Amino acid sequence: MNSTISSPAIQSRPQLAHLLRDYGIVIAFVVLCGVLSAVNENFLTWGNWVNILRQTSINGILAIGMTYVILTKGIDLSVGSILALSGLVTGSLVTGSEPHSAFVGILAGLLVGIALGAINGLIVARLSVAPFVVTLGMLSVARGMTFIYNDGMPIANLSKEFRFIGQGMVGGIPVPVIILAITFFIFWFILKYTTFGRYVYAVGGNERSAKTSGISTRWVVFAVYVISGLLSGLAGQILAARTTSALPQAGIAYELDAIAAVVIGGTSLSGGVGTLSGTLIGALIIGVINNGLDLMGVSSYYQQVIKGTIIVAAVLLDASRKKQS
Amino acid sequence: MPDSATDSTCHPPGSPAATPISAEPLVVACGVAKSFNGVPALRNGCLELHAGSVHALCGGNGAGKSTFLNVLMGILQRDAGSIKVRGREVHFANPNEALHARISIITQELSPIPGMTVAENIFLGREPKKLGVVVDYPRLFARAGELLERLRFDIDPRTPMYRLSLAQTQLVEIAKAFSHQSEIIIMDEPTSAIGENETEILFDAIRSVSSQGAGIIYVSHRLSEIFTIADRYTVFRDGGFVETGKLADIDRRHLVRQIVGRELNAGERKERKADGEVVLSVRNFSRKSEFDDISLEVKRGEVLGIYGLIGSGRSEFLNCVFGITRPDSGSAALLGEPIPEGKPGQSIQKGISLVTEDRKATGLVLSSSVAFNTTLAALPNLSTASYIDRPKERRLMTDLIERMRVKLATPEMDVCELSGGNQQKVVLAKCMATDPICLLCDEPTRGIDEGAKREVYAFLSQFAAKGGAVVVVSSEAPEVLEVSDRIAIFKKGRLAVVIDGHQASQEELLHLAS
Repeated sequence: MNSTISSPAIQSRPQLAHLLRDYGIVIAFVVLCGVLSAVNENFLTWGNWVNILRQTSINGILAIGMTYVILTKGIDLSVGSILALSGLVTGSLVTGSEPHSAFVGILAGLLVGIALGAINGLIVARLSVAPFVVTLGMLSVARGMTFIYNDGMPIANLSKEFRFIGQGMVGGIPVPVIILAITFFIFWFILKYTTFGRYVYAVGGNERSAKTSGISTRWVVFAVYVISGLLSGLAGQILAARTTSALPQAGIAYELDAIAAVVIGGTSLSGGVGTLSGTLIGALIIGVINNGLDLMGVSSYYQQVIKGTIIVAAVLLDASRKKQS
Repeated sequence: MPDSATDSTCHPPGSPAATPISAEPLVVACGVAKSFNGVPALRNGCLELHAGSVHALCGGNGAGKSTFLNVLMGILQRDAGSIKVRGREVHFANPNEALHARISIITQELSPIPGMTVAENIFLGREPKKLGVVVDYPRLFARAGELLERLRFDIDPRTPMYRLSLAQTQLVEIAKAFSHQSEIIIMDEPTSAIGENETEILFDAIRSVSSQGAGIIYVSHRLSEIFTIADRYTVFRDGGFVETGKLADIDRRHLVRQIVGRELNAGERKERKADGEVVLSVRNFSRKSEFDDISLEVKRGEVLGIYGLIGSGRSEFLNCVFGITRPDSGSAALLGEPIPEGKPGQSIQKGISLVTEDRKATGLVLSSSVAFNTTLAALPNLSTASYIDRPKERRLMTDLIERMRVKLATPEMDVCELSGGNQQKVVLAKCMATDPICLLCDEPTRGIDEGAKREVYAFLSQFAAKGGAVVVVSSEAPEVLEVSDRIAIFKKGRLAVVIDGHQASQEELLHLAS
């Protein structure tokens, strides 16, 4: 009871445990890239990396929203379905002989994502239904609505202006990658530097303590599902624009890759612990695995088996390291 | 006179002549040591437990008690030293082996399975079976019923665990330990969550099993309990053995001195002057099945104690004033302004802080750092448009941690790595971060050691002396008497009486509350 802290100690020691945790993933990522570049000479080319980043962008954006949700101890299974419905609504506005402007189309698509996310959030926060159940329901409802919306038909012929956000390049970098980078920065900033970001951790770490600290926990829970809905909508825009058509069956099972990225990135499914940078690396690891296996000519059937194994192995490794420290 | 240890050697305590029951002790531990990453948590753990004895293991937080008990139970492996159980050297690789040697432990952390009945929890993994596979429920309930009856715990074995109160859950854990027919029972803070009535029941159970020849190692920060239930004691300090002996040979003051290693200025209190301005005023507060028609006032510079048994509605009342729950009727005001109902955030903004009853469940975010927890409630004041002013936050956090004398390596460490007393100081620091004028404390010293307790009392007294108003709810009569200017006695959800805290005695409190 006699000694207190000395100020230099505060300045100089960052979260050692957290750094170690993050580094573990970075090391895994570097090793993976090393192996793949040794096996295949095309892996470490600029073109291939642009490709990997482009392929990662959609999962990366979904995983950012998913990180917020999982940090509050929740889960969002409906991201793939919301992505599809949002893309389809936008698609219907930016097609035909007199398409609306891309701005109007994208805005509508994002609003769809926000609305569906808000419904998720309302039911989870206000009525205290388990997030797994609520978003499982939304997964089915939103998917059904995409088929109803255009009788199960895809919407093709999207305007050139709109396709830019999926296919365009700025300074040699694909627009989806730029969107991912901006999205990441915004939500990283919110999580790290705003009261809301702190509250997300507090609610996931201990909801009752958060409440006694004066935090409106319901509002925080509601907000993370809105964020996840919004980002699902955003990812839906990019997918539709990239594939030049909005498909009602787009994004099926995307929630699994998003959750995988979050978990590989070291975020705890029991809430309160995790980082967005971890998630980004998690998404990149998944992207690199997909790409590397493609380059090696591994069949997509085997790819699924290998990917699943790597996900479980990564989490196991992480868990054992945490136990040690 | 008690035997004392010299520097590093350990004299096996207790002479054979002093223990008439059995020549062979149940446990003889000597020189037990354990380090974590090169940091010694226990240097020289010694203890001798005899059959029929209740042996108090005393020491502050970080004295090495838990480490010692974990080694004894096989949860940790010792680096050095010897442990003999019934004369035979043992090395338990896991708690299961300890259980087989008829040693069991009842810890602070309860681990019931909420969806199962009391009987199923007690006999988990050892259920009586029919044909070797099907659980024989009639026999299971009968056996659990017998056990609970023998211990005189008034609990129906068919009740699901989630319906039980914290105190009842604790009693079930105790019954579980007894059901293993253990001869050596370790109780780590068994009363930290239960009221005086249940404590009496528990003590009766302890006397009953010790008279049947079991030896009990009893760990508690409540010294009055130790003097009530135990016959022998051992003190650890800073990871080492300090002293052992008979409790009959020493007084409370001596024990406290051995535990903290220095004199404490107990009982020294300054007369504060309540200057008349009412800070908190509660009128006719009622909430169905919790408390009924409570009116109270707390003035500047005053500490109001609330004393009552478990179920008297004291904690519920405090939570409701703060805004965790809403009252059915009545009103509360701070400095004349009404406190919004059911809005803890606004209560905090107005200048009320709540130190909750259970720091792990409702006080702290255990998965986060000390720094995170310290400023969590104060973030609205530390941010503009929700952007946190980090240098300002850091200054406040450093200042509070220093002021509360939290002992830590770095504020970035997870708060769960701190000892109980230091965690509680973080809770207080968190409450102080919002600069309150009215501090509501629910069991502010639960489960922390004597030294840390004194610091908390001193802090509360200082807070009041500077013009703050304090409400302290406690189930420990000595604590209420120690800190309060006035004491409100709660009884079955109603305010029985308010008495002068300077005149009251422990007997009076107990009498009025029950």
